[in-house]
Amino acid sequence: MQNPAIEYDYTVAKWFSYLAILFGILGMGVGVLIAFQLAFPELNYIFGQYSLFSRLRPIHTNVVAYGFTLSGIWATWYYIGQRVLKVSLKESPFLNGLAKVHFWLYFITALLAVVSLLFRVTTSKEYAQFEWPLDILVVIIWVIWGIGIFGLIGLRREKTLYISMWYFIATFLGVAMLYLFNNMAVPTYLVTGMGDPLHSVSMYAGSNDALVQWWFGHNAVAFVFTVPIIAMIYYFLPKESGQPVYSYKLSLLSFWGLMFVYLWAGGHHLIYSTVPDWMQTMGSIFSVILILPSWGSALNMLLTMKGEWGQLKDSPLIKFMVLASTFYMLSTLEGPIQSIKSVNALAHFTDWIPGHVHDGTLGWVGFMIIAAIMHMAPRFFKREIYSKKLLEAQFWLQTTGIVLYFSSMWIAGITQGMMWRAVDQYGNLAYSFIDTVTVLHPYYTLRAIGGLMYFIGLFMWAYNFYKTMTAARQIEKEPQFASPMAA
Amino acid sequence: MEIREIQGYLYFFFILFLTFVLYGYIVHLYRSEKKGERDYEKYGKMALDDELTSPPVEPLDVNEDAKDKRSGK
Repeated sequence: MQNPAIEYDYTVAKWFSYLAILFGILGMGVGVLIAFQLAFPELNYIFGQYSLFSRLRPIHTNVVAYGFTLSGIWATWYYIGQRVLKVSLKESPFLNGLAKVHFWLYFITALLAVVSLLFRVTTSKEYAQFEWPLDILVVIIWVIWGIGIFGLIGLRREKTLYISMWYFIATFLGVAMLYLFNNMAVPTYLVTGMGDPLHSVSMYAGSNDALVQWWFGHNAVAFVFTVPIIAMIYYFLPKESGQPVYSYKLSLLSFWGLMFVYLWAGGHHLIYSTVPDWMQTMGSIFSVILILPSWGSALNMLLTMKGEWGQLKDSPLIKFMVLASTFYMLSTLEGPIQSIKSVNALAHFTDWIPGHVHDGTLGWVGFMIIAAIMHMAPRFFKREIYSKKLLEAQFWLQTTGIVLYFSSMWIAGITQGMMWRAVDQYGNLAYSFIDTVTVLHPYYTLRAIGGLMYFIGLFMWAYNFYKTMTAARQIEKEPQFASPMAA
Repeated sequence: MEIREIQGYLYFFFILFLTFVLYGYIVHLYRSEKKGERDYEKYGKMALDDELTSPPVEPLDVNEDAKDKRSGK
């Protein structure tokens, strides 16, 4: 028996959970606003230059990816890490202190990042907009997290690392490599003594810059939106359902399959551009092969529920996670289809692409983080979940929102692609750009409404979490599997 | 042969090599389980039985003594 005084320390996991909720509301609130701006352009000017679409769009993407998602990842890391290694942060004052430094430094950096984007301090590289001083802070935060991961592994009682740990380690290594290489830049002031001290120039130029950028961009999706979310589902779905992973071997080979294939697929962002043709073809081929490891993990999760499908009816948390896994399958089938050269000729630059991104991010990433935090809440606060009904209502509202989002974007994207390509018998373009805008208006409105529904769901989540923390019925001991919830 | 062409070939053969490694790994997993050397499926329990007081699925032998001291055994 262990010393009964030692128990898991959820302090930092809690802090990151609060932050995930905060950044979720901020990032997706901006997302809803810019979605309405696309349908109703006059909304661009509600706060003068600060509410222009071009100013807000990077804030939306960065806050959702590096605010909401990273906070969710770290909330779950500081929870899962201790549990599957069977070691408490309380056992190492150094690692515990470092975890707190990690949180505060991240929080400060995230706020600086939002402010810097609002004041248009940007490198203009998509998803890598932060200027060099922020990049340095990000690297420090990442190194601190790395010390935390490997430090905790060094103290573990469990010899083998559970599959979620592999995915967390891959997130750490993958992002470290991608971030360092893509953000290599020369601060212009330090070299020339002139200009804005915050400004920098990429170390790569032309097509090389594009290649490195999309190797990064695509793998930011891999190592922020996929790999750590798989780490979450491999822990939370078995734990909440009380069922072990359907096949542990399948989880291992899906892991290596994903690592092997994902890093080569970024070329599909540059199809029909100036990069070598064989690179575009390889990008397409690897994207199609990517279906295998992705579906390997997703099917493994669905099969984990084998014989236990009754839980899907009873538990809103199981609903969130099973649908997350299903959206992961949808998204990882859709992406490869879009990267086939002939389909890409139609799909590239159309609204089908944000449609694809959002069924992955809202359905897979968002749902998984929501479910993970609500699973942890009763363990954090030793109280049952405040309202099952509210959680159910949130689930259905957000699911409807996602369906509205991606279905409207499918129709909009394919319509747009067809109209851009349409020519008359002499080869003249049949439509001008504004013709497409007019046709797309209803779909843009529908998309914004779908986004708004998801956004309202976030407030239901935040309220449920807050009430769980403060007012829900107390429980005697930590639940082993299914999270207790009041009707 | 141009450098770009060499890069293309190298890329192709490197991928081929990695594919063999990946398939080799799959064979290794199933073969070592068939021979009874390892039971991979038991690791699934690590998520289910994860209390600080629960016995590890596979304890870490190397510094078990240190752990025992720390936990007051």
